[in-house]
Amino acid sequence: MYNKGTIIPGLIIFVGLMLFAIFNNFGEKVEPPKPEKPVGYKECVKPLQYMKESHMELLNVWRDEVIREGKREQVAAGGAMYEKSLQNGCMHCHTSKKKFCDTCHEYASVYPYCWDCHVAPQENMALEEAK
Amino acid sequence: MDSSRRKFLKIAGISAVAGIGAPSALNMLMKNEVQASSAGGEHGAQTEAHGEQGGHGAAPTGKRYGMVIDAVKFHENQGLAEKCIAACHDYFNVPNFGNKKDEIKWLWQMPFTNAFPGDESHYKKDDRTHAMQFMVLCNHCDNPPCVRACPTKATFKNADGIVMMDFHRCIGCRFCMAACPYGARSFNWRDPRGSKDGVPFIKKVNPEFPTRMRGVVEKCSFCDLRVKRGLQPLCVEATGDTKAMVFGDLNDPNSEVSQVLRARFTIQRKPSLGTMPSVFYII
Ligand code: SF4
Ligand code: SF4
Ligand code: SF4
Repeated sequence: MYNKGTIIPGLIIFVGLMLFAIFNNFGEKVEPPKPEKPVGYKECVKPLQYMKESHMELLNVWRDEVIREGKREQVAAGGAMYEKSLQNGCMHCHTSKKKFCDTCHEYASVYPYCWDCHVAPQENMALEEAK
Repeated sequence: MDSSRRKFLKIAGISAVAGIGAPSALNMLMKNEVQASSAGGEHGAQTEAHGEQGGHGAAPTGKRYGMVIDAVKFHENQGLAEKCIAACHDYFNVPNFGNKKDEIKWLWQMPFTNAFPGDESHYKKDDRTHAMQFMVLCNHCDNPPCVRACPTKATFKNADGIVMMDFHRCIGCRFCMAACPYGARSFNWRDPRGSKDGVPFIKKVNPEFPTRMRGVVEKCSFCDLRVKRGLQPLCVEATGDTKAMVFGDLNDPNSEVSQVLRARFTIQRKPSLGTMPSVFYII
């Protein structure tokens, strides 16, 4: 083998660098995210587990129903009716994007582009009716 | 050797002919079938309130929303037009980039010769007509070229005859803008959420409606979200009881808009193009 002197130490340094991230974070505890639940509301439009796993699918279904099929009727949850809308539905109760959406999205390192267009509610503006 | 090559060529030739011919033959068969079934279904469709497509060619079974704009009333009520435009643009977060070139418009004004080009053949149109400004917006054409041009179905016609946009899907190719003969569509060359010299392009963001992002086309939606709830479009509401704008179902002979259209002489923009605009003007 030619250049044994450079290749082998080079390989060792390369593998070491690649594994550095794993060793560095080994044993460190990463807290799971704790999205803030809305105050004063008990029930979401779908069961908790479904919302955790598939809220993005529901949003897509809502988008198509509302825009394409014109099905704008409201959905019921816990005795109240809600808009099929991210801005006017979900964020009606979840009044803080930072304390709700962002906690999990940052944890999972996903950056959906909802908010490029949709307007997040102003922070620290809890709804009167929820108090 | 020779005979097997012959055989091979024969089979290849036959397969090629079959391959080219079969799909078109199948298509023809399918078309016949579709026609037959739609002919059979006609009676059923009559009794059903409305079909998916709002009826092209056939007797109208669905809704088709339209509007009559009384240009004379706008002329007489100075400031009314601006009020309507503000009602629309404020609600829908339409940005104002501060220059004509990048302008985004859902509802705006035009002089007669621009709004109705080709109609000035009558060389001496009265002075009043030339002095008037005409409110223009998307015509929600019954035969919309923008829909045909859109490669992503971001632009489509809904069951109520409203030409809608799904901003989520728009890739900003601007084919629809090239296709629309009325300039009813605007492209966001800049980020609508930005600002220039400290002045934001959207003065006050309405939290009930999204903004757009850079690279997306937008236009009037005929206030689909209000119409679905039985409300009038915002611009129509802003005209108050002047009746300068009347909105309703063109397919319903008893709707106010149909009654106005029966009673008054109206014109459409560029009717010769065959787009069948749903917006009519009293001049
Ligand atoms: S006016 Fe233009 S944008 Fe509106 S439906 Fe007709 S072609 Fe499409
Ligand atoms: S710009 Fe958007 S709406 Fe227009 S044709 Fe392209 S994808 Fe469709
Ligand atoms: S119908 Fe609605 S979206 Fe269209 S111009 Fe009027 S207010 Fe604007």
